[in-house]
Amino acid sequence: MTSLSAMPTAALPGAAPRRAAPARHRPRAPESRAALLIGRAAVLAGACVMLVPFWFMFVFATHTNSEILAMPPPMWFGHALGDNLRDLLERLPTFWWNLGWSLYVAILTTALNLFFCALAGHAFALLEFAGKERFYAAIMLTMLLPGFIFMVPTALTMSWLGWTNEHRALIVPGACGALGIFLMRQYIESAIPRDLVEAARLDGCSEFMIWWRVVLPLLGPALGTLALITFIGSWNNFVGPLVVLRDMDRYTLPLALRSLQGSGQTPWGALCAGAAIAVLPLLAMFAFASRRLIAGLTAGAVKH
Amino acid sequence: MHAAVRSRRPLIPARWAPYVFISPFFILFGAFGLFPLLFSIGLSFHQWDPVAGVAGMHWVGADNFVYALTRDDWLRKALFNTLWIALVSGIPQHLVALPLAWFLHKGFGRWRNAVTGAYFLPFITSTVAISLVFSSLFSKDFGLVNAAFSSLRQVPVLGWLMPGQSIDWAQPGYTKWMISAVVFWRYVGWNTVLYLSAIQTIPQDLLEAAQIDGASSRQRFVHIVLPLLKPMVFFAVTLSIIGNLQLFEEPFILTGGTGGIDQAGKTAAMHMYAVAFMDGDFGTASAIAWLLFVLIAGTTWINKRLLGTRA
Repeated sequence: MTSLSAMPTAALPGAAPRRAAPARHRPRAPESRAALLIGRAAVLAGACVMLVPFWFMFVFATHTNSEILAMPPPMWFGHALGDNLRDLLERLPTFWWNLGWSLYVAILTTALNLFFCALAGHAFALLEFAGKERFYAAIMLTMLLPGFIFMVPTALTMSWLGWTNEHRALIVPGACGALGIFLMRQYIESAIPRDLVEAARLDGCSEFMIWWRVVLPLLGPALGTLALITFIGSWNNFVGPLVVLRDMDRYTLPLALRSLQGSGQTPWGALCAGAAIAVLPLLAMFAFASRRLIAGLTAGAVKH
Repeated sequence: MHAAVRSRRPLIPARWAPYVFISPFFILFGAFGLFPLLFSIGLSFHQWDPVAGVAGMHWVGADNFVYALTRDDWLRKALFNTLWIALVSGIPQHLVALPLAWFLHKGFGRWRNAVTGAYFLPFITSTVAISLVFSSLFSKDFGLVNAAFSSLRQVPVLGWLMPGQSIDWAQPGYTKWMISAVVFWRYVGWNTVLYLSAIQTIPQDLLEAAQIDGASSRQRFVHIVLPLLKPMVFFAVTLSIIGNLQLFEEPFILTGGTGGIDQAGKTAAMHMYAVAFMDGDFGTASAIAWLLFVLIAGTTWINKRLLGTRA
């Protein structure tokens, strides 16, 4: 700690004066161990604070309402998980349907995105055509459009199409995302050998067949990343279902969970059990693929 | 062979292939992006009774905008709330994320990914599920936040800073603090990861040379890392502006969809939602949407003048 303030100001980098003698004395900068340890402890403590809400979600899911309402609240797991799940199903008789619809929408959206984005990424990465970069720039620009601007007109458009209360109102508009096209173009440009594509072309393979037989099988890692991102986005989507779905038995999970809120005494135990079910798949995916997920989500920013 | 003949005559001519390949995006965006946008612009100049169909549309010129700007007191309040939350949750995010990314980069070795993951996790979890959990943590009589405050009151110096009694987070004076805390929690890891990825592109010999010359960790951070991170700061702040000014889900869940007592936690996007789907006034709601859009574009532009280096 003390050595931080005692640092000679002449050693400021940027100017980086050549000072061979002290460097030989102290090959590493004189960082005090205490400062380093305190910094590290603070970062770790912060990481624990970030996880606190998850912890209490799981803990509360196993306690009765009266235990949760006690002061101080319970810190460790209880025995009421079964009761809470029963309570949840009683208050939300459609719960399994809601869970199923969430899966249905997320899986279909993901599958369509993989197909369409890989196709578009192929065109942008491997083919030359008039207006290519303009088309690409236009797609990238749409990523900057703030989502709220679509809330009202999308709801009205869907009601005209007769898609209100239909899950295709969530699946079709999200079937080909700009971020997916970006990720696919990046990956195909860096990972697909041109010779391979040329060879297939000389053999008289149609462009679609080149994509299907040659390129697509090599896209595994990128498809995995895009699948994770798309699935999570769809699974968590709240605003889309909020303005399109009307009936309880058509709701996706976030909408269903929200309906537990409000009416009289909130059933915290049941609510946390439901929230835990909604969050568990995400935690599982994150545990196995956090690096790939973070890399995919920040890819656009890193290129910047 | 039959198959060979077929493969030589593709379904679509080769020079059309690229356009066919990229067409799904443009077809979908045209139908579910561009059309709604144009429709929304038109709607903002109309008064519309949706029950009467297209015949229920009446041209009212700029009336919706005039009404929203001059007579809609709730919009003014919602805009104030939005800016308040955007600043109080947004600025600390970046002030914490920058040094945090540096700490994560320097230390932790093979634990770096796990620790970074803990900070990043809130970003990918369901806003709704976790906001519901938060509304329990922020309860007045049994909430964990108040419990933590009351136990911290025993600690010497820190205790003086703690509130004297349990805070009722539903009261207007506290709602925005609660929402800001959740927004901070949710996005600080995202910004940290952005900065961490930028730090990792800085040439390592630059930092090592400074270290050999005797620059402390803090000096390397202030004089080498921060200047080189400027483009990323601009990018991350831009994302924060766009995201924070259209905040909807967190306040919506934390205030039970109502905006809270005295609408203290109602954001502009929530107000737009209420005007459209509660009042059924789609014209005014569209006008509000475009006013908010202009606000976001303007703030982004100011940010570009302040921090931006190039497009």
